[in-house]
Amino acid sequence: MKKTGAQILCEGLIEEGVEVMFGFPGGVLLPFYDTLPQYPQIRHILVRHEQGAAHAADGYARATGKVGVCMATSGPGATNLVTGIANAYLDSSPVVALTGQVSRPVIGKDAFQEIDITGITLPITKHSYVAMETGSLAQIIKEAFYLARTGRPGPVLIDLPKDVMQEQAEYSYPDKVDLPGYKIPTRGHPTQLKNAARLINEAQRPVIIAGRGVIISGAGEELKQLAETGQIPVITTLLGIGCFPENHVLSYGMAGMHGSGYANKAIVDTDLLIAVGMRFDDRITGEIKGFAPNAKIIHIDLDPAEIGKNVSVNMPIVGDVRAVLQALQKQVDAREHIDWIKQLEEWRKQHPMTDIRDGPELIPQYIIRQLYEATGGEAVIVTGVGQHQMWTAQHYVFNEPNNFISSGGLGAMGFGLPASMGAKVGRPDKTVWCIDGDGSLQMTIQELATLVQDNIAVKIAIMNNGYLGMVRQWQDLFYDKRYVATPLAGPDFVKVAEAYRIPGLRVTSREEVTPAIEQAMEHDGPFLIDFMVEPEENVFPMVPPGASNIEFIEQPKKEVSTWPQQSTP
Amino acid sequence: MAATKHTLVAIVQDKPGVLNRMASLFRRRGFNIESIAVGHSELPHLSRVTIIVNGSNAMVEQVRKQLDKLIDVVRVTDITGDNITIRELALIKVRATSATRSEIIEIADIFRANIVDVASDSLTIEITGDEDKVDSMLKLLRGFGVREIARTGRIAMVRGSLRSLPVEEKSLKSRTKNNRKEMN
Repeated sequence: MKKTGAQILCEGLIEEGVEVMFGFPGGVLLPFYDTLPQYPQIRHILVRHEQGAAHAADGYARATGKVGVCMATSGPGATNLVTGIANAYLDSSPVVALTGQVSRPVIGKDAFQEIDITGITLPITKHSYVAMETGSLAQIIKEAFYLARTGRPGPVLIDLPKDVMQEQAEYSYPDKVDLPGYKIPTRGHPTQLKNAARLINEAQRPVIIAGRGVIISGAGEELKQLAETGQIPVITTLLGIGCFPENHVLSYGMAGMHGSGYANKAIVDTDLLIAVGMRFDDRITGEIKGFAPNAKIIHIDLDPAEIGKNVSVNMPIVGDVRAVLQALQKQVDAREHIDWIKQLEEWRKQHPMTDIRDGPELIPQYIIRQLYEATGGEAVIVTGVGQHQMWTAQHYVFNEPNNFISSGGLGAMGFGLPASMGAKVGRPDKTVWCIDGDGSLQMTIQELATLVQDNIAVKIAIMNNGYLGMVRQWQDLFYDKRYVATPLAGPDFVKVAEAYRIPGLRVTSREEVTPAIEQAMEHDGPFLIDFMVEPEENVFPMVPPGASNIEFIEQPKKEVSTWPQQSTP
Repeated sequence: MAATKHTLVAIVQDKPGVLNRMASLFRRRGFNIESIAVGHSELPHLSRVTIIVNGSNAMVEQVRKQLDKLIDVVRVTDITGDNITIRELALIKVRATSATRSEIIEIADIFRANIVDVASDSLTIEITGDEDKVDSMLKLLRGFGVREIARTGRIAMVRGSLRSLPVEEKSLKSRTKNNRKEMN
């Protein structure tokens, strides 16, 4: 049966199980948008800026594990997607980005709103296509979704010339892909597995460091079994948060630049580091010479190119994390590491993360802890990028995968609001909180309108300190407090919300925190709370840039007092 | 780790943008290519790319793995150290007068090169061989006045019987072996 390119695209999206897409129309996309009403199965959410579409698709993908879809028109629409595509690429998020393109006869002629978007996105996509023939569009869609979600997931872009959308071609949806150059490693090499198990069984002070690969692969249960069998402490990366329950007795939180002191000390002291689904980002390793200096390293990852890229490892195992952990677990002896765990507990006491300073000031750590209490740790938490992101990682306790959604590799301010929108659309049953900074939020604040138009009930908590806080913190600690270009005169966020017809509250004291959170959650619809926090609060501990992880700086001592002794959850 | 010359052979799909993707990857990851040559392979729709890179084993292994990740790249093999034949072709236009012409022809003969064009004031020589051979002849010709040089990138093939072709299974095995060597 003959169909137009636009119809083929819609059919393909439905075949791939797409229920929702985030987009913004434009001239060359009109044939598509004109066709879309024929397919009411696809919910289209109109964003206010294409960056929001890309981040929303990414947030949707991370919250659901399904492929997120975004669409933008040619030229400026396409270039506006770039930050969001890069973000999805660096955090291995399955996204299909659809861009309009000028008609084929004028491609290459610098036509109105023509830009070479596949060229621009070459280094930030897993793969990309220009659909030059309507007849091959179905095959391209099939391949794009397959590539986005399999193996190491990532963004795939399809550029769609206008006349391809209008032209008719014979349509049938292909049932298989033809990608001879695409290999997905599955099981680890048996010898490597055997050797790794031997290393684990011989280790005296083993530590697991788990990343987002565990979440992507759905290997939480396998990781838990391995850790429990071998009594191996588990540390996560930022994006690995939630892959192992943080209330588990073997959980030692996050390592790295703003990781816990005890996690960083454990990595320095361990004799066997078992790295699972992580890629040794510099924010995790600190100065590379000081990273696990006494350890043999087992590296389990799906992507062979990650092996030996930043850190040389003793025992690489390339394969699906879940399959590898399943196989490994069978060969690992039940062990106890009593002295080692005692040592870690001692460090936990010396460098506590759960203590929150007592006093009258409204500090972000306190708010995040209250958010945790009020949501029972059950909410999906999405953050922007900056201090608030680190405080969230430190003080909210995540016990499930996919509940912490944050921009890790790219560190893209402005991610929070649109990504939380995508997360809420993907998991409408969940409470979704966007914890954002006043700086980060202002980068994509226009999406408040999208929340209203599509009634997406995201709750927004702004840690408003009137600064670009993380940059200010670096200026404070490493540039003699010269606060250049970091003081931030913000708007009255409650009034901004009101202008968008979103109710809001301003909170200035600790007593108001919990009631405000409760009010926000009781409200049926989006809600914004502007928390006026201590302006010059810093994130501690901190490993100074370029330093080894062991050289972490802690909160200046005089400020610390143990606030209502928390039982570590 | 010492930098050495490596010869990579990539079998890639004949699709628009393949070379662009490869070149973009070299630039982005900071890999320097010394030579690259592209042409049809024995299989329809597949091209063969021969890449010469200078670098440590670890760096080149990283190049190889990154290339292998490209969807349109079917496989990449590092054939360095295998018994291989490497060839390039050069066209050299050299100044020649009636006094020097015969001497130049003699040099070309020694290198089993061909004279492909003769003009009143120049000779154009075609030479095929490995890099050293081409360089040696060039050195001898410099004195006469080399006016123009065009060199293809190098192409390479493993010597021996059909079984020694860099089939995927074999390259996979040698890859793991190399890995282990480096890691320890």
